Amino acid sequence: MVASALAIRLKEKGHSVGLLDLDFTSPSSHVILGIEGLYPEEEYGIIPPLAHGLRYMSITYYSQDEPAPLRGADTSNAIIEILAVTLWGNLDYLIVDMPPGIGDATLDMIRLIKRILFLVVSTPSKVAYETVRKQIKLLHELDISTIGVVENMVMKPTTYVSERAGEDNTAYLGAINYDPTLEDALGCVELLKKTEFYGSIVDLTEKVG
Amino acid sequence: MHEWALAEGVISTATRVAEGQGIKKITEIKVGIGELQQIEHEIFLFALEQLRTPNIKDAKFTLQAIKGRLRCRVCGEEWEFSNRDMDEETSEAIHFVPEMAHVYIKCPSCESPDFEVLEGRGVVLASISGVKEDN
Repeated sequence: MVASALAIRLKEKGHSVGLLDLDFTSPSSHVILGIEGLYPEEEYGIIPPLAHGLRYMSITYYSQDEPAPLRGADTSNAIIEILAVTLWGNLDYLIVDMPPGIGDATLDMIRLIKRILFLVVSTPSKVAYETVRKQIKLLHELDISTIGVVENMVMKPTTYVSERAGEDNTAYLGAINYDPTLEDALGCVELLKKTEFYGSIVDLTEKVG
Repeated sequence: MHEWALAEGVISTATRVAEGQGIKKITEIKVGIGELQQIEHEIFLFALEQLRTPNIKDAKFTLQAIKGRLRCRVCGEEWEFSNRDMDEETSEAIHFVPEMAHVYIKCPSCESPDFEVLEGRGVVLASISGVKEDN
C-alpha cells in the first residue's frame, strides 16, 4: 500500500517513476491502483506499460492473477529473470513493493541492486515490529542504506515503534493513521488521492523524496 | 524480442567470467537453451551476433538445446516439459518467466503444482573457451 501510494506521489511531483511489485505470491499493487488490461511491450527486452504515469511491472502479467506457488529458488530465478529483461528507461525512482520479512526477495535485492534504499513499514503492533527489528538489524549488519521506519495503520497514540526505532539507530519517519475510507478507495487512484492515508504519504514523500 | 535482453546477459556474463579467469580472447561461448523458456534459437543467435564486443569478435557461439525435465515433490513423478497442448498465452507467460510453469502446469500423476525443474529451465552460460595470453 505504502509503496504504491509513494510511487503515485513521486510521479505527481514530476519525477519519472517505476513500480515493481516483487511480491510474486501475493501481488497487490494492481488491486490498489486499479490496474488491469495492460501488458508489456516486447522490444529488445520487456517494456513495462505506463499505468497512472508509472512504468509498472508485476508478475500478474504472466500469472493472469492465478496462484503462483513458488519455492525459494523459483522466486529468486523469477526475480533475476524479470530484472534481467525489463527495460525501465530512465527513471528517477524505481519503487519496489517488497513482500514482508527477510526472505528471498529481500536477499536478492540486496545482492543484485547496488544502489538501493530501504523504507521499512511497520504497524504499531509489537509483533509486527519484531519482524521489522530483525529486518533493520540485518540491513545494518550488511551496511545497506535504510531511509527509516514509517508506522502504518495507527489507531491510537503510541510511542512504541518510534522509541524502538531510535534504539535500533533507525530514523522514525512518522505515523500514518488508520483510515477507514481507504478500503473503498482501493482500485481508484483519484479516490485514493483524497484519503487521509494519501495525505500522510504526501508528508512522507517530503521527508524521503 | 526479449531474446535480445537474454543474449545481452550471456555476453556480459561471458565477458565478466573471461576477465575473472584472465582470458584475453574468447574463442567459443557455449549456451544451454532450456526448453521451458521456448527461446527461438535463430533469433537468439542473431542477437548474439549483433551484440559481439571486441573481445569476442571471433568467438564461435554454440547453442545446446536442453530438454525440460520436471519432478513432482509430492509423489516423485518425473515428466518432460511440452508446450504442445498449451494455449499461446500460457506458452508466452512461461517463455517470459519460466517459473510461471508452476501456475499452469500440474503433476500429471497427482496434479500438484509443487514440482522442481530438474533441467531445461532457461538460458545458461554452459562454458567459455579462450586464450589467456596474446599469441
